Amino acid sequence: MDVEHSRAYIDQLYSNDSQKCFQAVSELKFAVIGSVREKGSIIEQGVVVRLLQILRAPDLDVLLKTEVATVLNSLAKGLPEHASALVQAGILPVLWEQLDACTGGGGGGSSSSGGVYTQMLLCCLRSIYRHGCAPPPPAWDHKLLSTLIHHGYHPPSNQECVANILAHACKVPTTCEQQQQLVEAGGADLVACMLCSPVTRVQLPALHCLTAMCYNNERVSNVMATKSYGGKAVPDLLAGLMARDRPREMQLAAATALTFLHRAGALSADDPKIIYKTLQCLVRFCRRDREVWERVEAGNTLAYLTERSIHLQRTAAMTDHLILTMNDYLKDTTPSTPPPTPTPATHPISVSPISCRQYDNPSTWPELMLEAALKVYASLGANDEDIRQRVIKTDGLMNTIVASLSAASPPVQLAAVRCLHSLSRSVQTLRTTFQDHMVWRPLMTVLKTSTNEELVAVSSSTLCNLLLEFSPSKEHILDQGAVEFLCGLTRRPHPGLRLNAVWALMNMAFQAEHRVKMSILHHLGTDQIFRLLSDTDVHILMKTLGLLRNLLSTKAHIDQIMQNHGKEIMQAIILILEGEHCAEVKEQALCILANIADGDVAKAAIMSNEDVLKKLMNYMVIPNVKLQIAATFCISNLIWNVEEGAAERQNKLREMGVYKLLQNLMTTTDTGLFDKVKTALQQFH
Amino acid sequence: MATGSGRCSVEPPVFGSQTGQDPIKALYPMVNEEETPLPRCWSSKDKYSFIGLSQNNLRVHYKGHGKNHKDAASVRATHPIPAACGLYYYEVKIVSKGRDGYMGIGLSSQGVNMNRLPGWDKNSFGYHGDDGHSFCSSGSGHPYGPTFTTGDVIGCGINLIDNVCFYTKNGHYLGVAFTDLPPQLYPTVGLQTPGEVVDANFGQAPFVFDIGEMMRELQCRVRTTIQNFPVPDTHGQWQTMLHRMVSTYLVHHGYCATAEAFARSTSQDFDEELTSIKNRQKIQKLVLGGRMGEAIETVQQLYPGLLENNHNLLFMLKVRQFIEMVNGTDTEVRGISRSPPRPPPSTSPPCWSNGRTPDPLPGTSCSAGSSTNTTSTTPVIQQHTSVIQSTKSVIGGSSSSGGGLSSTATTTTTTTSTTTTTTTTTEELNQRNSAQDHCPGSPATTTSATNGATPVIHPPPPTSNTSSSSSSSSSSSNLQDSDTEMECVETNNSSNSSHLHTSSTPPTTTTNITPQASNSTTTSSSRTVTVQDSTSVHSEAAHSNGFSNGFSRHIDMQDDCDEAMEVESSSAGGRKMCGGNPAAIERMLAFGREVQHMSQVLRRDLGKNDHNKKILQDAFSLLAYNDPWNSPVGWQLDPLQREPVCQSLNSAILESHQLPRRPPLEICVAHTRQLINLMSRSGLGSCAFASVDSVLGTPQ
Repeated sequence: MDVEHSRAYIDQLYSNDSQKCFQAVSELKFAVIGSVREKGSIIEQGVVVRLLQILRAPDLDVLLKTEVATVLNSLAKGLPEHASALVQAGILPVLWEQLDACTGGGGGGSSSSGGVYTQMLLCCLRSIYRHGCAPPPPAWDHKLLSTLIHHGYHPPSNQECVANILAHACKVPTTCEQQQQLVEAGGADLVACMLCSPVTRVQLPALHCLTAMCYNNERVSNVMATKSYGGKAVPDLLAGLMARDRPREMQLAAATALTFLHRAGALSADDPKIIYKTLQCLVRFCRRDREVWERVEAGNTLAYLTERSIHLQRTAAMTDHLILTMNDYLKDTTPSTPPPTPTPATHPISVSPISCRQYDNPSTWPELMLEAALKVYASLGANDEDIRQRVIKTDGLMNTIVASLSAASPPVQLAAVRCLHSLSRSVQTLRTTFQDHMVWRPLMTVLKTSTNEELVAVSSSTLCNLLLEFSPSKEHILDQGAVEFLCGLTRRPHPGLRLNAVWALMNMAFQAEHRVKMSILHHLGTDQIFRLLSDTDVHILMKTLGLLRNLLSTKAHIDQIMQNHGKEIMQAIILILEGEHCAEVKEQALCILANIADGDVAKAAIMSNEDVLKKLMNYMVIPNVKLQIAATFCISNLIWNVEEGAAERQNKLREMGVYKLLQNLMTTTDTGLFDKVKTALQQFH
Repeated sequence: MATGSGRCSVEPPVFGSQTGQDPIKALYPMVNEEETPLPRCWSSKDKYSFIGLSQNNLRVHYKGHGKNHKDAASVRATHPIPAACGLYYYEVKIVSKGRDGYMGIGLSSQGVNMNRLPGWDKNSFGYHGDDGHSFCSSGSGHPYGPTFTTGDVIGCGINLIDNVCFYTKNGHYLGVAFTDLPPQLYPTVGLQTPGEVVDANFGQAPFVFDIGEMMRELQCRVRTTIQNFPVPDTHGQWQTMLHRMVSTYLVHHGYCATAEAFARSTSQDFDEELTSIKNRQKIQKLVLGGRMGEAIETVQQLYPGLLENNHNLLFMLKVRQFIEMVNGTDTEVRGISRSPPRPPPSTSPPCWSNGRTPDPLPGTSCSAGSSTNTTSTTPVIQQHTSVIQSTKSVIGGSSSSGGGLSSTATTTTTTTSTTTTTTTTTEELNQRNSAQDHCPGSPATTTSATNGATPVIHPPPPTSNTSSSSSSSSSSSNLQDSDTEMECVETNNSSNSSHLHTSSTPPTTTTNITPQASNSTTTSSSRTVTVQDSTSVHSEAAHSNGFSNGFSRHIDMQDDCDEAMEVESSSAGGRKMCGGNPAAIERMLAFGREVQHMSQVLRRDLGKNDHNKKILQDAFSLLAYNDPWNSPVGWQLDPLQREPVCQSLNSAILESHQLPRRPPLEICVAHTRQLINLMSRSGLGSCAFASVDSVLGTPQ
């Protein structure tokens, strides 16, 4: 530590004489202003602790405290390391506490100096939060937020601070409750007011804050969308801020806000503000002439905007050559002479705090671009086959996807799998492009190696499509040990993964060879089937029944499987038929019975079980046509004429009154049921 | 599908609906339609025979047999797209796709074969509905956008700055289709199979696509380009030049205090003397205040010989004075109309009414009014009265004979010249006074008047009494007198409009007089009716408006009479010619004759001058209306019309002192405007957004 660092004023700081102390703080202020090095050394010397002590001292003068807050603000404006050092020194609780105290007893005589002090405190908080390294306020309670929001109306300098604090404090990890709390504390009104501010530096963080508040939160978004200021509703204000002659950051931020409002259900896809303005704005920002960070942000937001609505997907696909533009993203893999790197001081202001600091390192840009483009392609191709074909024809896209699957970082991998998933919905693609590129290989690798649940979920979903019977990949995937893997997946706690696994197995079992079916049964085990059948998720239940149905098809397979597992399977079906399930589930179970009834030997399993027969008869008369049809179909299989022992079965059923039942059903008005009944009756001698 | 109507109802485009009259023009404000008309419909000539037009040439239908591509047919708009549009846009609605939907929408140059779809030939560009391909001067297209069919609205835009073309479909931007476009393209559509019908919207109705926002973006871009344009500023030359421009501008317009302050802070000097600037400022204020009479006198006093050598300028000033008299703002007339509520003579009258106003009591002469000026004014006044009397007598003679007019003119000029010589000394004296009274730095010191109560009122230039004091005699005249005066004017009028058909028989000339006269269908008796009419209206006004308004304004004037000399148009409602005072009307009529006479002299001496003729005609036309303000010639009464007069006078004064007629700043602005016009003619689209006015911050 050199002499310079042990200046006299440092010692004076610790003086009890407030006059001397003030002098020292003033000198300190001039020393640190504009000097990063000086800030660093002051922090190193542990002066911060003393400064915080002064702030907390109840008897010290507001002027002195203001001066201290100014110094702290100056320190916080330094490097991110400086800000985090301040946070570590415990600055945040002190500042919040002081802010609270100011508001509480601020009505006293020194209201003007108190105002300056409050202003300084807010500036200091803003400077710290803007570095993006600070946690949200320690006590995210109503009182604190109300205080903060109270300060956000006036004057503009305070507005700017509060807007920034809120924008950073509620960036993405914010929970639903926090968003809700913010609204309850008056955040929505404040943001609406700030949007109308004439100051860009207020409007922009207000937009970021609004975006963070609305993200994935239906309630908050609906509140936000109905707020208005100066006679204009918030969505209209946002559309105004998105106008093409506004500053570019503002356009992009407003478009993001509108996107989030749409996705949270507050604005419909057909709203002109969404389908015309927002969409066009985002596509415009994807163009080559924009900066990298703008293109990445716009791409990601666009992918999010168009993820669900086919209408938006179709519109986006024809807007301004978007599919071709995205191809540029894939090609720009070399950081082409990074444009004059924006100084860290100005850059984070313009970028949403959500992606704060993401663009600081130009070497990551190609990857970010790639990820954004893949997401856009994934969204565009989600529903429309024409768009999918145009996407697939994009130069080098498949190679990029395959390469990204195996090599890239998890976010890019995820984007690549998403894209693959969208594209796998095309039968044509499954049979051609995917076959040519052998996409199953990297996909299986991802599935087997990744621990990221989201990634596995999307991958297994993609696998479902690849396992469809017309997909030529099916065989290859089986060779890769898919059965074992998928059966393992059905045991995962994540319901999405279980669903995908059963679904994939169901697809796999459809018209499969006997050895595949046996392999599935072997790896899955009947107890796991029972477990899946008692799953709370009805989708999993349905797919499991579907799997059973696919397993129990073609006579030979039915007989073989029933021979080995007949008892358990019948048990399972009775379980479903007796359980409290919706009609679709029961229909599925009846269909399995019908399949069993188709087997030669397997028929005995039903015929020997009077309980099941009675149940069947019962379903033939309940007022649900689909169930009636399924039950009748089962009966019809049981009494099928040409088969061995048909007469006996017919007699037995006739005794039970089935024949009569069928005759009664002839009066039905439903043609489907009528046909089935007629067929069944014809079987009787 | 999102149709246009649904969208437009939510957000009507800003452009297009702004002005009610002509939405197409409103879209492209910088286009000079006299030079480059905008496309407004399809051309009924420039089309292939298989094309049929209807609905004001906005709807196009196919009427060929449409067997193959040889049956394709196109139509162009009436005019090419002017470059000054900056961003041009039109929309086509597919009313029916017909048999095969082979519609092509785009642009083409003049002379391109019309038996083709747009895009197939050189200098032709199109977007086709059947395949969604774009055709760029070639028979084979490139995949461009979606296909389009019945019910779709396709927009075609051309950015004349970048020379690129884009399309929209149902309000969605499809992206750039063509680049490097040639100039002078026409909107073009082509059809190829029976049943195809399309409607065009050239901007007469709101567009489905929000073109306004795109225009604002371009405007923003152009402005940024201008603002960021690098200027070579070595050794601060650029800044010095800018300072110089500002300073010369301030000096030119006589903002002497500002100019001084500016010069001091930028350490420069200016070429003109401070007093000279102040003088000009004074004159300008008079002109802009509508007090032409005083202005003319001041000029004659301060710049002897200037007006004498520039008859056309003098004439223009006189005509303006006449207009101001009608307006009721010229000092003479105003003085008369305000006379009733004036304070008793003991307080010194405000300068504007100084001397010119006859006192309500007919007996008191104008000398009472000018008594403030104790020193040398009185003799001058005397001289004036003589001038007036001479004019008056001449006018009296003129009603009977036209030959006497010339002699009057000579007398006028001679007398005025004498007055100026006598009064210069007074003016100098005044100036010295004012210089002593006011601190030198304060703006507008010369003419600043204090309250009416304070005796130190800067007296108006005594010469101003010349023409005005004539009212002292005429104002006291009764109704009958004014009747005869009126007749005189009418003869003047008629002689003016019939160009030297100077007739001395008043009753028959009625037909030559514009509306007011045509109202009176009967003969000479009707004329008295009109006059009585006007006077009765006047007396009514004197009771209500004349009194209250006049009074309050009077007070105002005393407060800030010269200091802020508001550009005063007569207050709306109850506006009467010459403020409604019969005496003032008479004075105005008399003055009209004077001006009329001057015009004849000028014509004889200098030859025909269409401009002079026109301004005189316009000015006299004001008399033909009961309410000149709401007449077709009422624009002359707008205070704004004082500005060109003021500028001409100021320029003439400066020129006579070998100073530039116009300040460099204004020349620069004018140059810029010319350059923008030149840009427009040279096909540079940026001119659409490079409005000088928007840079200067003045609306329009």
